[in-house]
Amino acid sequence: MSKQMTGAEMVVEALKDQGADTLFGYPGGAVLPIYDAIFQQNFVKHVLVRHEQGAAHAAEGYARSSGKVGVLLVTSGPGATNTVTGLTDALMDSIPLVCITGQVPTHLIGSDAFQECDTVGITRHCTKHNYLVRSIEDLPRILHEAFYVASSGRPGPVVIDIPKDVQFATGTYHGPKNIQHKTYQPQVKGDLAKIRHAVEMMAAAKKPVFYTGGGVINSGPEASELLRELVKLTGFPITSTLMGLGAYPASGDKWLGMLGMHGTYEANHAMHDCDLMIAVGARFDDRITGRLDAFSPGSKKIHIDIDPSSINKNVKVDLGIIGDVAHVLEDMVRLWRTSAPQVDAGALKQWWKQIDTWRERKSLAYRPSKETIKPQHAIQRLYELTKDRDTYITTEVGQHQMWAAQHYHFEKPNRWMTSGGLGTMGYGLPAAVGVQMAHPQALVIDIAGEASVLMNMQEMSTALQYRLPVKIFILNNEYMGMVRQWQELLHGGRYSESYSEALPDFVKLAEAYGAVGIRCSDPDKLDDAILEMIDSPKAVIFDCVVEKAENCFPMIPSGKAHNEMILAELSDDAGVEIGSIIDERGKLLV
Amino acid sequence: MNAPTLNPPPPPPSPYSSALGKSNIEQHTLSVLVDNEPGVLARVVGLFSGRGYNIESLTVAEVAHGEHLSRITIVTSGPPEAIEQIGHQLERLVPVHKVTDLTTHARAIERELAMVKVRGKGDDRVEALRLADAFRARVIDATTESFVFELTGNADKIDQFVELMRPIGLVEVSRTGVAAISRGPEPI
Ligand SMILES: Cc1cc2nc3c(=O)[nH]c(=O)nc-3n(C[C@H](O)[C@H](O)[C@H](O)COP(=O)(O)OP(=O)(O)OC[C@H]3O[C@@H](n4cnc5c(N)ncnc54)[C@H](O)[C@@H]3O)c2cc1C
Ligand SMILES: Cc1ncc(C[n+]2csc(CCOP(=O)(O)OP(=O)(O)O)c2C)c(N)n1
Ligand SMILES: [Mg+2]
Repeated sequence: MSKQMTGAEMVVEALKDQGADTLFGYPGGAVLPIYDAIFQQNFVKHVLVRHEQGAAHAAEGYARSSGKVGVLLVTSGPGATNTVTGLTDALMDSIPLVCITGQVPTHLIGSDAFQECDTVGITRHCTKHNYLVRSIEDLPRILHEAFYVASSGRPGPVVIDIPKDVQFATGTYHGPKNIQHKTYQPQVKGDLAKIRHAVEMMAAAKKPVFYTGGGVINSGPEASELLRELVKLTGFPITSTLMGLGAYPASGDKWLGMLGMHGTYEANHAMHDCDLMIAVGARFDDRITGRLDAFSPGSKKIHIDIDPSSINKNVKVDLGIIGDVAHVLEDMVRLWRTSAPQVDAGALKQWWKQIDTWRERKSLAYRPSKETIKPQHAIQRLYELTKDRDTYITTEVGQHQMWAAQHYHFEKPNRWMTSGGLGTMGYGLPAAVGVQMAHPQALVIDIAGEASVLMNMQEMSTALQYRLPVKIFILNNEYMGMVRQWQELLHGGRYSESYSEALPDFVKLAEAYGAVGIRCSDPDKLDDAILEMIDSPKAVIFDCVVEKAENCFPMIPSGKAHNEMILAELSDDAGVEIGSIIDERGKLLV
Repeated sequence: MNAPTLNPPPPPPSPYSSALGKSNIEQHTLSVLVDNEPGVLARVVGLFSGRGYNIESLTVAEVAHGEHLSRITIVTSGPPEAIEQIGHQLERLVPVHKVTDLTTHARAIERELAMVKVRGKGDDRVEALRLADAFRARVIDATTESFVFELTGNADKIDQFVELMRPIGLVEVSRTGVAAISRGPEPI
C-alpha cells in the first residue's frame, strides 16, 4: 500500500497504521503542517496539553496504563526542550514513547534560525534513539522504525525531528509491513539450558526469594500471569520494586511487600538472608541494594532481563538469562512442571517461619492520631474506599509517593504509574490525564504532594477541557516532606528552604480551573470527604491536610545494609538521636 | 535493631568506582561496526563521556561503502567488569551492528600511523635519521633544519620512537589512533 502524500500527512497516516489513536501535543510554527493534517482527519485524537513536559508525562501515563506506545507532538526550540525531563523520565523507567518534534527547514539548520535548537543533540542522551529526518524518502521508514524501537526490547523514548520543509514535501508513503530493523533485534527467547539450570538452582534452594521489577510490567499482562503461576508452583516468597507493583497481587500470601529504601522489614531481610535470589526484570538500583558490599552476601543470584547491560551492572550474578520475562517464565513454568522437582520442604517451612517473625515487626505501622490525619491513614482509607472500583493510581514524588507504595495495595499490573528512576516531581497530574485518556471510565487518582503538584498544575486545564474526571489527592503537609525528612536525618534539622511557603488555597484553585475543590483536616470526616471525591463526575482537587512532621519509615539509610533499617518504633525511642544514624559516608550518597 | 555503627563502612565496590584497585585496570581494543549515519560517532563518544568510561584512542572510517558501514576502533581501559559493561552499552545503541573485544576474543593486529616533526642541526640530524632507519620510519618532508617522519607500528613502538626523538629536537607529533583487525582467515 503506497500512496503519494505530504510529509505531514505521512505522520498522521503512520499514527493510524500504528494504531496510535491518541496524541498529546502543543502546536507551534515548526509543526503547523502536521497540525493541519490532524485537523483534516478524525482517527487520531489530539489532546492539547498546557506545557510540553505535561505532554510527555501524559504520554507516559497513557503508555504505562495501556501497554501501548505513548505519542507526543511538539514544536521546535522551546517545545522540544520542554520535553527533555519527560523523555529522561521515560528513559529511566523504560516507557515506550514516540516524540515528534518540528524543526526549522533543512536549509536553515545550523544558522541559529528562529526557534532552532539541536534537538537530536540535546535528546541524544535522554532517548533510546533519535532521528533527524533529512529527506521525505526516509520519513515513512523512520516513523515505523521509531515505533518498533520504542516498543521492542527494553522500551524507551524515541524522538523524530522533522524539518518543516520535509513536512511540506511530497513523497511515497508505505505502511509498517516488513519493517525489519537491520541492527536492532533484541533477544526475547531465553537460553533453554540456562533456564533449566535456573530451575535446578531453584529446586535446591532452602531460602529463596523472587525479586521482581518493572520489567514484568513491561513484558505485558501474560508475564504477570506466569509470575503468579511460578510463585504458586514453587511456594517461594516474592517482593517487588516500586516499578513492579501489581505484577503479583498484594493480597497473595507469598507477598512480602515492596523492598528497598522504604520497603518492608520482611522484604529487605529476606533479600539479605536468602540463599537464592531470582531477579526478574529488575535492575539492582541503588534504592534496592543499599550498601553494595553488604547486599545479600550469602546468596546465589539468577537474573532475568532483556537488556544484557542490566546484568552484572551493579551486582555480579551467578546466572544471567537474557530474554523477555514472559518468554523466559513460560519456559521456566513448563520446565518446573515437567521436572516436578523435589524441593526441600522442611527448609522452606523453616524459611517461612523466619519470614513470619520478620512480618511480626509490622514495619509499616505508625502511631495513629485522633486529632490530625496521618498521611498513612489517608492512603489506607483511600485504598479501602476505592479498591473495589476500576482504579488507576499515579503519584508525584516524595513521601506521599512512598506512603502510596506502602499502603495502597495493587492486585493487577498497569494500575500504578509513578516516576521511579528519575523521581520527577510534577509527573503525577499529567500522567493521570494520560491514564484517563486511555481509560475513560476508570477512576484515576493522582496521589500528590502539595509541592510536587504545583510543578505541572497547569494540566488541570487540560483535564477540564477534555472532561477528564481525574482526582488529585494531595497529602498536604506544607513541606517538601521528603526533603524535610532528609534534613532531619542528615543536616541537624536545619530545614533549609523545604517549607512550602505561600501555598495557594487548593480549593479555590480547583474552582478557578472549573474543577471541584474539597478540603479535609478532620480524621472523622475523611471517609465522607473521600466518597464525595469519588462520586463527583468532575475533576477534583482534594486538599488532605495531614500531619506535618511525619517521617516515612521504614527506611534503609543511604550507605547502610538491608538489615540496618530504621523502623518507626526506633525513631520514637527517646534514647536514639535520629540525626546520628547516618554516618559521614552515607551523607555523601543520595 | 543494632546500635548505629560508628566505623564508616569500606567504599562499595562498583565497576566505575575510582576507589577500585588500580591493579586490575586492563586495556582493551574494541572493534565496533556501525551504520554510517549522521550522529553515530557522537552517540559512541557521548556514551563514553556520559558514563565515565575512558577513551585512550579512537579511530573511525567507512569500511564498506555500498553498505554504509563504518568501523570504529576504540582503545579503552578499566576493570574487566567495566569493559564488559562498555561492550553491552555499545550494543544498546541502535545503529551498532556488532561489538568485538579484540583483546579477549580475537588475536588482533593493531597498527597506528604517526607523523613526527623533528628540528635540529648537525649531529642531531644524523642521529634522527639513524634512529628513523632503525624504526623503518620514512622521511616525508625535509628542510635544512627539519624532518617529518612517517612511522607505522603498534602504539608502543610509536611511543618509543617519540621518546627517542625528544632530546634531539622533537617539535610535534600527529597520530592516527589505533586501527585493528583479527588474524587468520575469519572476519572480526
Ligand atoms: C523518592 C523515591 C524513593 C524510592 N524508593 C524506592 C524503594 O524504597 N524501593 C524501590 O523498589 N524503589 C524505590 N524507588 C524507585 C527506584 O529509584 C527505581 O526506579 C526502581 O527501584 C527501579 O525498579 P526496577 O528495578 O524494577 O527497574 P525498572 O526501572 O522498572 O527497569 C526494568 C528492568 O527490567 C528490564 N526489562 C524491561 N523490559 C523487560 C522485558 N520485557 N523482559 C525482561 N526484562 C525487561 C529492564 O532492562 C530493566 O533492567 C524510589 C524512587 C523515588 C523517587
Ligand atoms: C523536579 C524535582 N525537583 C526536585 C526534586 C527533589 N525532591 C524530591 S521529593 C521533594 C519534595 C516533594 O514535596 P511534596 O510534593 O510536598 O511531597 P512530600 O514529600 O511532602 O509528600 C523534592 C523537592 C525532585 N524529586 N524533582
Ligand atoms: Mg509535602
